[in-house]
Amino acid sequence: MAVDAPAPTSSTVDLGPAAALSCRECGTRFELGPIFACVECFGPLEIAYDFGSYEAEELRKRIESGPASIWRYAPLLPVPADVADKPNLNPGWTPLVKADNLGRELGFTAQLHVKDDSGNPTHSFKDRVVACAIEAARAFDFTTLSCSSTGNLAGAVGAAAARAGFKSCVFIPHDLEQGKVVMAGVYGGELVGIKGNYDDVNRFCSELIGDPAGEGWGFVNVNLRPYYGEGSKTLAYEICEQLGWRLPEQLVIPIASGSQLTKIDKGLQELIKLGLVEDRPYKIFGAQAAGCSPVSAAFKAGHDVIRPVKPDTIAKSLAIGNPADGPYVLDIARRTGGAVEDVTDTEVVEAIRLLARTEGIFAETAGGVTIGVLKKLVENGLLDPSKETVAINTGDGLKTLDAVSDAGLTATIQPTLESFRAAGLAS
Amino acid sequence: MSSTVRIPTILRTYTGGRSEVPAEGATLAEVVSDLEKNHPGISARILDDSGKLRRFVNVYVNDDDVRFAEGLGTVIADGAGISIIPAVAGGC
Repeated sequence: MAVDAPAPTSSTVDLGPAAALSCRECGTRFELGPIFACVECFGPLEIAYDFGSYEAEELRKRIESGPASIWRYAPLLPVPADVADKPNLNPGWTPLVKADNLGRELGFTAQLHVKDDSGNPTHSFKDRVVACAIEAARAFDFTTLSCSSTGNLAGAVGAAAARAGFKSCVFIPHDLEQGKVVMAGVYGGELVGIKGNYDDVNRFCSELIGDPAGEGWGFVNVNLRPYYGEGSKTLAYEICEQLGWRLPEQLVIPIASGSQLTKIDKGLQELIKLGLVEDRPYKIFGAQAAGCSPVSAAFKAGHDVIRPVKPDTIAKSLAIGNPADGPYVLDIARRTGGAVEDVTDTEVVEAIRLLARTEGIFAETAGGVTIGVLKKLVENGLLDPSKETVAINTGDGLKTLDAVSDAGLTATIQPTLESFRAAGLAS
Repeated sequence: MSSTVRIPTILRTYTGGRSEVPAEGATLAEVVSDLEKNHPGISARILDDSGKLRRFVNVYVNDDDVRFAEGLGTVIADGAGISIIPAVAGGC
């Protein structure tokens, strides 16, 4: 409800610096609550903060002395101040890998980094967003956590619910990669396959929220979405802190709904406004798979409206044909001088192998999309290899083993030196 | 043509709290006009000032996104089920 109307839940809600919800389209403000769309224009709601009056140096020291998780940034997130003491998965503070070998292969003369978010508790960046959504779920007295998912989120919700003592019931397309199904199902909550693609699952969940059958459920990426999305800002915070409180010059970020990319930009802007980093230009590049590239298509055509597509790609975690934040991605790519590009499934697999071979990082297909697009952007001259660049790997390759299932034994020999030499393996 | 329209929570103030309402019309545009006749104010929430579907409104006719069909010109068969849903997202 709008801020001038009574909102009994809000007065008791402690979500730290989160002050209200604000419509990204028309600016109408609402009390904090489990709502996600503006009643005036259907626009997405996001958190409006009151960060108080920190001295930049004081805030920087406070963050640096915080826990090695996203909770070091609690003063900048919609979570209570004592969040680190509550049962949760404590995600984040993942490695920022200096990717010298990959950089050399791609022709970089400046430092290339890979922010490797496969190091999170359930092996994808989703642990960051779910951790924030759980705090909102606690604040709004939900007891069951739910979501629509392309797989990674289902696992993150299942695990976080188990740790935090919530029930969980999550919905996925019935034909997801087996690795993701197992990694979502093992935590013991309900895991429901929907006969349809992700957009069908998402639509079903949106309808369930409005029905008594879904009463009292916190859908992390639907009615808790304004809180959930803020978790992605921590990628921006960590990257800058790990660079020594400095903005990178270029970032390459995968796009499904576009939420992560827009929140990383929001995080960078907050760091600038708070004086934690020096303001200087940066470019944001978006990465899609060619089989689901509505944002890339709109960018290249010069459109500011996204035409939905029916996804057909091995990068299922990016297979969202109707990306809700797509228009904002276009705005950010154009505002910063970046671009949005796409690569074929063949290029995705080649990129997974390239990253594994050069840096020892096994990325899931979404990471293959990002690295494949990074390579393509250098080749087509849109991304400058003489500028410091960060590419984000959002998940672990163990989740999408099928993509590289032809990797395996390079030789089979008898357990004898003769056989070893005969196979041409001797140094 | 008669159809049934599922109303999202944020528009139920216009339908007296009902989650489903009947509507008449041979196209989606006519259905929206009929909704406005019976539930004044609702069309301005679904359509923008130029009369197009708002950017963050998804409309499905019998499970199909009208953006894959003819948008507001989508033909509505007798007995069709129509869902109006705010756009939300997952993934990255």
